[in-house]
Amino acid sequence: MSSIAHELAKKQKEISVSEFFEKNKQILGFDSLTRALITSVKEPVDNSLDACEDASILPEILVRVEKNDNSEYTVTVEDNGPGIVKKQVPNVFARLLYGSRFHTRAQKRGQQGIGVSAVVMYGQLTTGKATRVRSKISDEDVAYECDLILDTKKNRPDIIKDDFVIWDRPHGTSFQVHVKGKYIGGKQSIFEYLKGVAIVNPHAKITFVPPEGNAIVFERASDQVPPPTKEIKPHPEGVELGELLSMAKYTESLKMTSFLNTEFSRISYRVAREVCELAGVPPDQKPDQMTLEQAGAILEAIKKVKIMSPETDCLSPIGETLIRKGLKNVLGPLKADFYAPPITREPKVFAGNPFVVEVGIVYGGELNKEEPVQILRFANRVPLMYQQGACAITQAVEAVDWRRYGLEQRGGTGIPFGPAIVLVHVASTKIPFTSESKEAIANIPEIREEIELALKACARRLKTHLNKAAKRSKARVKFEIVQDIIPMIAQKSAKIVGKPVPKLAGTITKIMNVVWIDEDVKFEKSRHHISVKIYNYTPKSQSFHLHMLLPFDKVDPKTLKEKPIEVREGNKVTWDIKRLASTEILELNFDLHGVSQEQYDENEVYVSGIDPASVIGVEVLPGDWDLEHLKITEEGAPEEKEEGEEGEVDYDEGAEAINNEE
Amino acid sequence: MRNEERHQKAVDKLTELAGSVYDQIDDGKIPKMIIPLRTKSNIRFDPKSAVWKYGKAMGARSAKKLTGAQMLLRTMYMLEFIEDMIKEEKSSTLREMYYISEGWAKAKFSTQDESNMLAEDLEIITTCMREDFKLRPEEDGARVIGNLTLEETDRKGKKKKINCRDDVGDSGYGIPYNVEKDKIQFLECDADLVIAIETGGMFDRLVENKFDEDAHAILVHLKGQPARSTRRFVKRLNEEMKLPVCTFTDGDPWSFRIHASLAYGAIKTAHLSEYLATPTAEFIGITASDILNYELPTDKLNDKDIQALNAEKTDPRFKDEFWKHEIDLMLEIGKKAEQQALAKYGLDYVTDTYLPEKLAEMGIMK
Ligand SMILES: Nc1ncnc2c1ncn2[C@@H]1O[C@H](COP(=O)(O)OP(=O)(O)OP(=O)(O)O)[C@@H](O)[C@H]1O
Ligand SMILES: [Mg+2]
Repeated sequence: MSSIAHELAKKQKEISVSEFFEKNKQILGFDSLTRALITSVKEPVDNSLDACEDASILPEILVRVEKNDNSEYTVTVEDNGPGIVKKQVPNVFARLLYGSRFHTRAQKRGQQGIGVSAVVMYGQLTTGKATRVRSKISDEDVAYECDLILDTKKNRPDIIKDDFVIWDRPHGTSFQVHVKGKYIGGKQSIFEYLKGVAIVNPHAKITFVPPEGNAIVFERASDQVPPPTKEIKPHPEGVELGELLSMAKYTESLKMTSFLNTEFSRISYRVAREVCELAGVPPDQKPDQMTLEQAGAILEAIKKVKIMSPETDCLSPIGETLIRKGLKNVLGPLKADFYAPPITREPKVFAGNPFVVEVGIVYGGELNKEEPVQILRFANRVPLMYQQGACAITQAVEAVDWRRYGLEQRGGTGIPFGPAIVLVHVASTKIPFTSESKEAIANIPEIREEIELALKACARRLKTHLNKAAKRSKARVKFEIVQDIIPMIAQKSAKIVGKPVPKLAGTITKIMNVVWIDEDVKFEKSRHHISVKIYNYTPKSQSFHLHMLLPFDKVDPKTLKEKPIEVREGNKVTWDIKRLASTEILELNFDLHGVSQEQYDENEVYVSGIDPASVIGVEVLPGDWDLEHLKITEEGAPEEKEEGEEGEVDYDEGAEAINNEE
Repeated sequence: MRNEERHQKAVDKLTELAGSVYDQIDDGKIPKMIIPLRTKSNIRFDPKSAVWKYGKAMGARSAKKLTGAQMLLRTMYMLEFIEDMIKEEKSSTLREMYYISEGWAKAKFSTQDESNMLAEDLEIITTCMREDFKLRPEEDGARVIGNLTLEETDRKGKKKKINCRDDVGDSGYGIPYNVEKDKIQFLECDADLVIAIETGGMFDRLVENKFDEDAHAILVHLKGQPARSTRRFVKRLNEEMKLPVCTFTDGDPWSFRIHASLAYGAIKTAHLSEYLATPTAEFIGITASDILNYELPTDKLNDKDIQALNAEKTDPRFKDEFWKHEIDLMLEIGKKAEQQALAKYGLDYVTDTYLPEKLAEMGIMK
């Protein structure tokens, strides 16, 4: 990537920038009218979010797209960010490769210094009109406003006119460009892009005014500004030849050793000397005199010397809670059934760059069952809209065998089918995109593997949920038999034969022969109503322990009638169920108070001290509860026996289609 | 048995069934009913009557599973309903019975097939007939034309003498749902054979061409899969009037099954085969060989047809050489034909050439 940027910088004198632009329309994201319009929104929005994050401001962004005539649109993006000092404004917006991120290593949306200037240039090339920028920093009373044109011969800004204006906001930046484009809806649209932005930036409030009017607002779902990402020096293992040469040229260090020590991370003076020695480069040589051969030798030496991996605490993943919040906030109207608890993996490293992978899955409800699963791809909190097939995220999704996790997939590879949305976020100090348009993540083995592991981990959580739901619905069926149907059969048969209604206990316990636990949680008026019903449908009386994972300090004691016998670590709660008689029912009801809805949306109920095969509705206590005084004797539950007596054929299931004969 | 006796027997048997369910619950067992399996693999040839009946394989309808429990509950509702009808001297059609179940809450039937099947289950368990339960099918409009004189007792109890050629319109004599002796007596008949015809179009063609007169035939329109009353009517003609019977259908797998249910007994009603099937009935065609020999216009077999033919290969009723050959041949040529395809050679071809040839081949006509 930076190699293209360098090439561009080098060639600036030789070819006109506009010619370069013309040739590289595609990699810059302007290859079609629709895409050009999306890019014209995307670049300034990405910048606004970066700027707000740097300044720890909760972003409030307005995006307006207006149709002028023919295919000309005016795009306005306004933010409440820190603003840009007057002197920098022209360079930032009308000079390619001018950016604060260039050469730095930090998890940012922008990493090239091309983005917004390319939009400015595209605008002027297609409409002939200048771009208007207004910016105000909090130290100033007035905002600076200017109309800019990029001098494509010299790659220098041309200020058409500028002025100071009153702006009724403390700080922020407004960017207005006129571009040729085409506005559409659908999967690859400005709306979808902003929706994606809202999902992975739950701390941002985004207002979108489309050409047809009616503003759409994505409210923020969280008031937490993500912690600012730390900038790190490049790790030697990820450095390319051209980059090393240009760094050597601009460094202030006077010796090779101090150059290596100050410009790179994880190179001590000792390591620097070792590298120079191995490369045959004098440690005292001036860095700017380094030859091409020497640079190559240094890179070779770096590979051989043992260097610590880069620090990883400079990354700022979205986090499991906020991914779920973001998804629920934006996808709420789709009425999905289940938001699998997201996965944020531990940071890993590729070519000297730390990265972290996150995955979230939304499942069921009103999501379409017949279609391929929808994949939402994100890199450093930016939605990726194009080149889905070329992206490591898609390839990882395709490589997972989703049939194991309850989705359909022909042959166990390819994009699975089913009512699901899969979100994958890759954050890194340097995302390895396949091209400058930053639409697809390159298939780097380390990253691919991490994405697959994260997908599988999250999919397992989905599967657990599906298993639980399947078990529960099976239990419900039996429940219907014993609760509704058997009593009616008994009553009717008694009436026909003219005898009193018989006792049902024997029949019922034979059909069920389990302890059935039905739990439920409802959120109402900022309270969680939790109910656990225990039905003893076995022929004997039963005693066992019931465990729940819940914030016990949030339980409203007034509502808690059955007192637990133990509360460990504030959330591992145990009740002693003593001698529940055959066909008796015990209800545990209580409220949680002061817990947000997302924080508790499924009960976790377990049992111990009872044969797991004779309990349905809940799981057996997992080993990590390590309860000392409770003996846990359970082994894995035996496979459920196929019902029906030895060799007995089910009359209603054995039936063939015989309806085409009278 | 007289009517009242039959109804009393039905009530006794149904009460016995309810009693068995009651006792099982009272004993703390999971209630179930044991019924012979009504499947292709559980029909056996009965040499005495020369028809196919249910074998010994039994299935259980148990309250352990939801469907079983639901069916048991429906059974209880149906028993109560039938006993009430008998008490009140009412009767209902199968369709009405299905709609009655609307008021049965969890016992409501989801399709009429379901309620029809349950009525048949009860016939099998009690060895009664659904008429004994006061359940009757809708009239289905199968008709007869030919020189047959019968006496029908009408709904007011009056006996009417009807000649099925001279006293009826072009659509013929309509077969009522009850064709037992108390309803219909055969008086006289001047015919050499009975031809049972699948489609209305072909029935009308034979009538228009006066084939009944020319060939001394009684023509019966089957209307697709023949209703019980149609099959029973044909069987009585065969037994009482000593008339040979032959079936004339389309040339496709479904038509083969029409013949099978008329001649050998239907899988679904094998408990009544002895009473409904005419084992000496012959299949005229259209056979797969006819398609080739007469070079008939055809349609390609679709996937369902092919499935049906393959299913017939494991159907014990089609195990003889004739059917094996015809089924394999049809699969081989991959084609089927309608009866009316014979019109390729003109409207009279079927009566002038095809039927005389085929009937002669079978030795029914000279
Ligand atoms: N709305 C804004 N508020 C504050 N600073 C901004 C704003 N927009 C741009 N900048 C500054 O201008 C620089 C150049 O932005 P530009 O989009 O050209 O490049 P980039 O974001 O660094 O990289 P990329 O090419 O990957 O987008 C940014 O690095 C940032 O420092
Ligand atoms: Mg940018």
